[in-house]
Amino acid sequence: MHPSRRMFRILALLTALVLAAAVSGCGVTRGSDDPDNRRLRMLIPNSVGGGYDLTGRAAAKALEDNDLTGRFEITNVQGASGTVAMQRLLNEKGADDVMMLMGLGVVGAVYTNKSDATPLKMTPIARLVEEQEGILVPADSPLETLDDLVKAWKDDPSGLTVGGGSTNGGPDHLFPMQLADTIGINPNDVNYISYDGGGPLTTALLGSKIDVGMSGLGEFEGQIKDGKLRVLAVSGEERLSGVDAPTLTEAGVDLVFTNWRGVLAPPGISDEQREYLVDRLTQMHDTDEWRAALDANGWTDNFATGKEFEDFLAEQDARVADTLKELGLA
Amino acid sequence: MDLLLDGFATALTPENLLFATIGVLLGTAVGVLPGIGPAMTLALLLPVTYSVGADSAIIMFAGIYYGGMYGGSTTSILLNTPGESSSVITAIEGNKMAKAGRASQALATAAIGSFVAGTIATVLLWVVTPFVADVVVTLGSPSYLALMLLALFAVTAVLGSSKLRGFIALFLGLAVGLVGTSTGQARLTFGNPLLADGIDIVVVAVALFAIGEALWVAAHLRHKPLEIIPVGQPWMNKEDWRRSWKPWLRGTAFGFPFGALPAGGAELPTFLSYATEKKLSRHPEEFGHGAIEGVAGPEAANNASAAGTLVPLLALGLPTTATAAIMLVALQGYGFQTGPTLMDDHPDLVWALLASLFVANTLLLIINLPMAPLWAKLLRIPRPYLYAGILFFASLGAYSVNFQAFDLALLLAIGALGFFMRRFGIPVLPLIIGVILGPKIEEQLTTALKISQGDVSTLWSEPVAVVVYAVMALLLVAMAVTGARKPSPSESPLLDAPGDSNDNKELVER
Repeated sequence: MHPSRRMFRILALLTALVLAAAVSGCGVTRGSDDPDNRRLRMLIPNSVGGGYDLTGRAAAKALEDNDLTGRFEITNVQGASGTVAMQRLLNEKGADDVMMLMGLGVVGAVYTNKSDATPLKMTPIARLVEEQEGILVPADSPLETLDDLVKAWKDDPSGLTVGGGSTNGGPDHLFPMQLADTIGINPNDVNYISYDGGGPLTTALLGSKIDVGMSGLGEFEGQIKDGKLRVLAVSGEERLSGVDAPTLTEAGVDLVFTNWRGVLAPPGISDEQREYLVDRLTQMHDTDEWRAALDANGWTDNFATGKEFEDFLAEQDARVADTLKELGLA
Repeated sequence: MDLLLDGFATALTPENLLFATIGVLLGTAVGVLPGIGPAMTLALLLPVTYSVGADSAIIMFAGIYYGGMYGGSTTSILLNTPGESSSVITAIEGNKMAKAGRASQALATAAIGSFVAGTIATVLLWVVTPFVADVVVTLGSPSYLALMLLALFAVTAVLGSSKLRGFIALFLGLAVGLVGTSTGQARLTFGNPLLADGIDIVVVAVALFAIGEALWVAAHLRHKPLEIIPVGQPWMNKEDWRRSWKPWLRGTAFGFPFGALPAGGAELPTFLSYATEKKLSRHPEEFGHGAIEGVAGPEAANNASAAGTLVPLLALGLPTTATAAIMLVALQGYGFQTGPTLMDDHPDLVWALLASLFVANTLLLIINLPMAPLWAKLLRIPRPYLYAGILFFASLGAYSVNFQAFDLALLLAIGALGFFMRRFGIPVLPLIIGVILGPKIEEQLTTALKISQGDVSTLWSEPVAVVVYAVMALLLVAMAVTGARKPSPSESPLLDAPGDSNDNKELVER
């Protein structure tokens, strides 16, 4: 390695040390008027290292490194699965330098927490990525196909234990509920067990503590390749490359379900500001850096802006509200 | 063996040694700040590390991971502000030692204990990782519930002189632990979404320990002469060594298996270690007033457990702590297929990591041990300034957990509670334990009962659970027998709050 590059890397690490102290951040200037160098803020609705966080930081990095914007100030606003962050965004009404990463789980959380800060009140900017849900069973499970599962589930709706990596209102909870509804089981009868993320869910599946797990497949790749877990079906419109499993539609269940993530801005911003943010993210979407991030994280590109995203958001909101109301959770 | 030597060869190149050093320094720095843990540091560093090689990044992460553990115990001992639940016990005994002028010894026994535990645990990691992986996943909620009840039982059995006050504190803690969302329903949140995830344990611990005590000292400052905390000897003497080495080993024995269990956690073994040391000690009366065993054992336990968490990570690709989860993300970012095949596919990387854990541990000991007397001098700052500093640190720590001003309000409210608990002689440790264990016990119980659809017999359906309940029953019988034989004379004033008569005296003496 060239000595000066090594020096640079060490400097970069020391800079990170300062970042890690994370006590700065107040009183920063908002950057110049140059559209390519504006300082923006981004709110992330969960903890560092979570799905929203990884997506948000990848987007911010692609924007910064391609000189589409100035440096980002990224804030993780945790609490009530994103409800707190949505409230913060609502309070930022009219602020022209902030955007928030969110997704399906936040839509659900707003309902389960009975919050006023609903996604439809915000300014929609763009949908970025989607992730399919997979239906997982342990290798020694008697359930070999989706048909087996449907049959076993219908025979004893609450006897079949379904695990997921999210709390009520999150994608892993909404998916089995909508699946049950589609195949004619009352969602209220579903015995859903919530685990604290993919790790504990994997443990429960490997130990055959639950009958079936529903989750995004990213965290399970190793177990699936190793043959310890089997995928009965995936929930998207098309098959997932590298996963030998049919889509729900192919297997005879009429349901398409994906977990998605996108970007919102506060309500009450000007049309120019909205156009500016949409334009920056559209340019970001074409960068090599963003493509590399999609690959590295196993996200499916699902970019949409304007009317398309607006309609999508409204449709998702209504669908989530239906499911949760039926369960008495909203 | 060749693989291990190759691992050391990788870890000991000058460049990687540099990264290990940066890692341990960085880890110590963030560990010192309550609220900012190694997990957050790793996450913030992730984008930076992609510009260096995979082995260097992983080696630096190992340094941060262990460094965070060391840094955490330093602030617990000196400033009574535990940054995470696993160093709560360290604060209880360690800070008492510091106030008695034995800060150096507390820091030293923590550092050496962590080194011993970390080293033994790393060796265990080399040996057992390939074999235990399939065993640990067979444990389900019933087993974890039993283990948590055992921990709760162990600490309540050593509650202290006044069982009544101990139970008051424990139930207060369980009540605080009820705040949050359970099975989808908000509970005791008073409609405030900021309470929906419950009250963060760091906020509770820092408030009770640091704020409560600062208020207490402030309230008495005017009536008592200002005295400087004695400096004491800089190094551990023979007696300290004699009283430390067994707790180190026992702490390791508790910590490693709990770390290796996917839902074991780092705080359970510290509770069990503390209770055990108190029972076995020849000086049980010192517990609650700065017993060196009470620092040595739990510190060894939490470090051994940190190494233990790498068992499921490396063998199964299962992250069981936030830090492990981010290390996993990092590995995936480098294109490694994590999961059961990692050890077979990339043995070089795995062994380099294991070797670097050892290197990091050694570096930390070399860096920290000479620092102990220096750190201890910090306590010579006149008390008004010292406590102003502690208040600043505590607020910073509580704020940096979520960057939420609301947490500062909580900090003050719980700090006021801590003050009144001292005033009325109610011990704070049972409260903290209630807050930590209550929600965990509830979660395991609901999961177990949901899976069995309400059939209670599921609770003793796993062999581990049966064994643990049998152990508890035996302990109960043993206690009943010894209790009947000698009408328990003045139980040691263990865990009594500083507000007790004893401690008032201590304050005067200071």
